[in-house]
Parts: sequence; C-alpha cells; structure tokens
Amino acid sequence: MRSKRPGEGLTIESTDDPHPLARNRVRATSPFQGEVTSPIGKTRMFEIFGIPSQALFGQLLIGLINGSFYALLSLGLAVIFGMLNIINFTHGAQYMMGAFVAYFLLQWAGINYWAALVIAPILVGFTGIIVERLFLQWLYKLDHLYGLLLTFGLALVIEGVFRNYFGSSGLPYRIPDALQGGQNLGFMFLPNYRAWVVVFSLAVCLATWFVIERTRLGAYLRAATENPTLVRAFGINVPRMITLTYGFGVALAALAGVMAAPIYNVSPQMGSHLIIVVFAVVVIGGMGSIMGAIVTGFGLGLIEGLTKVFFPEASNTVIFIIMAIVLIIRPAGLFGRRV
Amino acid sequence: MTDAALETLLLVEDLQAWYGESHVLHGVTFDVRSGEVVTLLGRNGAGKTTTLKAVMGIIGTRTGSVRYEGRELIGLASNQIARAGLAFCPEERGIFASLDVEENLLLPPEVRPGGLTTAQVFELFPNLKERLRSQGTKLSGGEQQMLAIGRILRTGARLVLLDEPTEGLAPVIIQQIGRTIHMLKSRGFTILLVEQNFRFASTVADRYYVMEHGRIVDGFANAELERNVEKLHDYLGV
Ligand SMILES: Nc1ncnc2c1ncn2[C@@H]1O[C@H](COP(=O)(O)OP(=O)(O)OP(=O)(O)O)[C@@H](O)[C@H]1O
Ligand SMILES: [Mg+2]
Repeated sequence: MRSKRPGEGLTIESTDDPHPLARNRVRATSPFQGEVTSPIGKTRMFEIFGIPSQALFGQLLIGLINGSFYALLSLGLAVIFGMLNIINFTHGAQYMMGAFVAYFLLQWAGINYWAALVIAPILVGFTGIIVERLFLQWLYKLDHLYGLLLTFGLALVIEGVFRNYFGSSGLPYRIPDALQGGQNLGFMFLPNYRAWVVVFSLAVCLATWFVIERTRLGAYLRAATENPTLVRAFGINVPRMITLTYGFGVALAALAGVMAAPIYNVSPQMGSHLIIVVFAVVVIGGMGSIMGAIVTGFGLGLIEGLTKVFFPEASNTVIFIIMAIVLIIRPAGLFGRRV
Repeated sequence: MTDAALETLLLVEDLQAWYGESHVLHGVTFDVRSGEVVTLLGRNGAGKTTTLKAVMGIIGTRTGSVRYEGRELIGLASNQIARAGLAFCPEERGIFASLDVEENLLLPPEVRPGGLTTAQVFELFPNLKERLRSQGTKLSGGEQQMLAIGRILRTGARLVLLDEPTEGLAPVIIQQIGRTIHMLKSRGFTILLVEQNFRFASTVADRYYVMEHGRIVDGFANAELERNVEKLHDYLGV
C-alpha cells in the first residue's frame, strides 16, 4: 500500500477563489512552499493591500514553518560553532538523516512519528558523536577552513550514499493521525500538523536557549566557549562536553528532519537545499548567538513568506539580499558577538 | 617557619616544559609542605607562570615529576589534576565575560568537601555580594581578582596556586588579599604564590624560591630574608 503523499488531504483548492492572480503569485515560489487552502472552502475572504487574506496568511504560515526549520537548524549550527569552532556543513545531511531514520522506523519497524521524534535524534546524534571522536577532535586548533572542508566532504559522502540506495525522488511520510486535519480560523485554514511544527520548534528553541543562558550546565558551556583551558583546569571534562555538544547540535538537526518528513518529502537532497538558506540565516544572525539564531530564523522565514505575497519574483533571493546588506553594514551579523 | 616534620604536600622534581618548540622550564625542583605559603620569585620571563601551569597540567608538553599527596600527576589531564585537589588562579584572572558574577563564582565544581561556603566567600569579599548580577568582566580589576580567588576557595582544593594576585592593584586591596592569605593559612590551606612584589610576599610567605631562566636558583625561609635581601636585589634586578 502506498502511503498518502504529505499534504494530500490539505490541498483541495477552493474553487471560488476570487483572485486568480494572487493564486498564481502563491505558486511562483520556493521549493519549500506548501499550499494552504481550505478543504472546506468556507473560510471568509477579505483583502489586505489588495491581497486575499487566504494568500497572505497562508504565506505567513509557510514562512513560519520555514522559519521553524531555519531556527532549529541555525540554532544547532550556533551551538556547535560556539563550542567546537567548526562550521558544521554536515548539518543538512544530518537533518536529512533524521527524516530518513523516521521513515525507516515507520516502514521497517512500524515505529510511529512520536517515538521517532525521540529515537531519530538520539540515533543521529550518536553518529555525530562518532564523527566528532573520529575526525573533528583533531581540527579544533586549526583554521576554520579545515573543519568546513571536512564536514562539507562528509555531507557529500552521506548524501551520495543515500542517493545511491534511495534515488532522488522523495519518499512519502504520513502525517500522524492525531495531527490530521486542521482548524478553520475564519480568515484562513490552519492545518494541525503545521501548527504543531511551529509551536514545537519554538518550544525546543526556547528550551535550548534557557538551558544555555540560564542554567549551571549552560554556564559551563559558555565559559568553555570563552576559555576551555581554564574551565578544564577547574576540573570539568571539557573534551567530553565538546563531544556531547556536537551530538546535541546534530540531534537538533535530526529532530528538524523528523518534523520535516511529513511536510516535505523524505529525500537525500532535502538537506542540501535547505542548508544553503540556513547558512545565510546564520550569517545574518551572527555565528555565536543563541537567541540571534532563533529570532533570525523565524524572522527571515516570515520575511520570505511576505515577499512571496508582495514581490514573488524576489522570494527565492530575498534572504541572500538581506545577507549581502547585513554583511556590508554589520559583518559580525545582527546578533554577533565577535567578528 | 620551616618545620621538617611537616608533611610534603607537593613535590616537583626535574620539571621540564615546552611551549611548542621552545623549551621554557629546564628541570625545576622544589617542594611545598602542608599548610605552608611558598612564594616563587623571579624576573619577568623567568618561568614562574609556566611552573604553575606545568603543575596544573595546562601546558603543551611537560616531563619530570609532580607529586601531590604522594600521587604522580605528570600524566594526568588538567581536569583530573583539579579533581586531585589543586586549584589555580591565573595571572590574567580568567573572569568569564559571558557569565555574571554569581555564575563565575559558582563555576568551579566542588572537587572535595571542606571548601569555603559562598557565605564565607562573601564575608571575605563583601564587594562581590553587591555585584552578583553584573557581567563578570564589568567588575573593577580589584573586584575581578577577589572573584578569581573567591571562586576557587569554594572547591575544597587544599593547594591553591595564585599567580601574582596583587599585580596592578591599590594598596588597600593588596592588604585585603594579604589578610585573605593569612586566613586561608589559618584554615589549613596550602598556598603556592607567584609574586614580583617581594615586600608583599614577605608579609605572607613561609619560604621563597627564586627562579631564573627556567630553573630554581635559590631558596630560603622567611626568617632568612634579611640575610638574603642583597642577593635578592641582584636576582630580581631591583
Ligand atoms: N604561550 C607561550 N608561548 C611561547 N612562549 C611562552 C608562552 N608563555 C610564556 N612564554 C615564554 O616562556 C618564558 C617564561 O614565561 P613565564 O610566563 O613563565 O614567565 P614569568 O616568570 O611568569 O614572567 P612574568 O613575571 O612576566 O609573569 C618566557 O621566556 C616567555 O617568553
Ligand atoms: Mg607570569
């Protein structure tokens, strides 16, 4: 039995759309778009700046969804960069691995989405720990470039292996039963699964922020980011902390991958598509800042969504345009602490 | 007072250390007995800081022997050395900018029971208590030094390594640090102090070692200070 394509239950388009132009606009967008129209077809229509509310709020929702993934992924990158001084180009591949593990768990073991949300990050995080012990630990004292080349190469290898076995067409992953369907909010239709992704990502991001900025463990992490030698001389096993930090950053990527599986198809190149935008987000936010990664992630997702409505031609490039401007005005990024 | 009956807490023998290719310590040998305050003197670049770092295990390569309570530390990583009961206050103080004063104070984990309580640290350095929420590096130089010393007294370490704690501080604060060292001594702490200011050192030290070019070249007790002042002026070039 072929499981249903993601979003299939959601994309019955309302036939009485009064603004065909707006619909065309919505279509001319990035690979991450989804269509949010009501299966009921009864949401009330009104216009904002000449844009139907459906299109506007629909795009804002898509922006928020993309923003959730940007935030989760750039948060992981920021955490890893802070402790390891390595720009983790494998992040996209690890995100993809998270989605694949969720897919394998469901197809081969019948383990559902909720369990996959826990198991996939642990498994993929564990592969991260192995990568750190085998490769990354030898690179910390060298220039950023070495870590970047190694993680980039690793990403190519991982993606190649997955493409070899699973091809490049996407594999479907069904939305869990509990999150099927959606809410009619009057001005728009809100699919339950998408609401869950936004809320859960936000919760994970804020929890991560809280642990790093407000707890004892976080104080160790921040201190070790500044002066690992001294923290170690206080009796803290800094190398182990670094390994676990990498494992955690990778687990965050895998978690994002599991959440993405029902929205975007599970495919070997899903990570490399997304990660390019995420790196732009990271550059805009500034590498070292946790809150910066979260705010910039969600913010740029929204900006991208709005651009799709008001100036769709630029929707694929708006983030890179912002990046260029930020690099000129604030090379360290909007929230960056160091240059 | 040198009392041969006191048990040797730290015994350093033929300690050699390198920064990359450059050989900095050429066989340092000295000992510190339980409950003593021992001061390392020497000119700039003599190797005093390097000696503390080599004991603490935070220098690239080192050979020789560092025994603490009879246990060999030379092969251990610095986090294990700290867990053995040594604590280090670096010359540059090492206050963390991304931590507030309280987080800085509570950062070093307890390695053994019997350290000062946070309340006792505040009693010693009342300034800290009023600045708990400030960013660590927003404190004045003197307050940062108090924080750097205060935070390692909580850990229960019995041997405290202090690298030039009075450097660049006002006389009142130097006196406060002197009182702290006396208090620590009375509570049974053992202190290995690095100082350029031998007038200050003479108010707290039991014994001195003089370093030159990565070696210990002389050593004497505080009681013999008078007799050695001439020589000391030579060594230190004052
Ligand atoms: N990180 C380093 N890399 C290379 N050489 C170093 C390093 N730190 C110190 N040195 C060299 O090692 C020697 C001893 O330095 P050390 O810092 O131990 O001197 P010191 O006695 O503490 O001097 P000061 O009184 O100025 O603090 C000096 O010649 C110094 O130039
Ligand atoms: Mg020094």
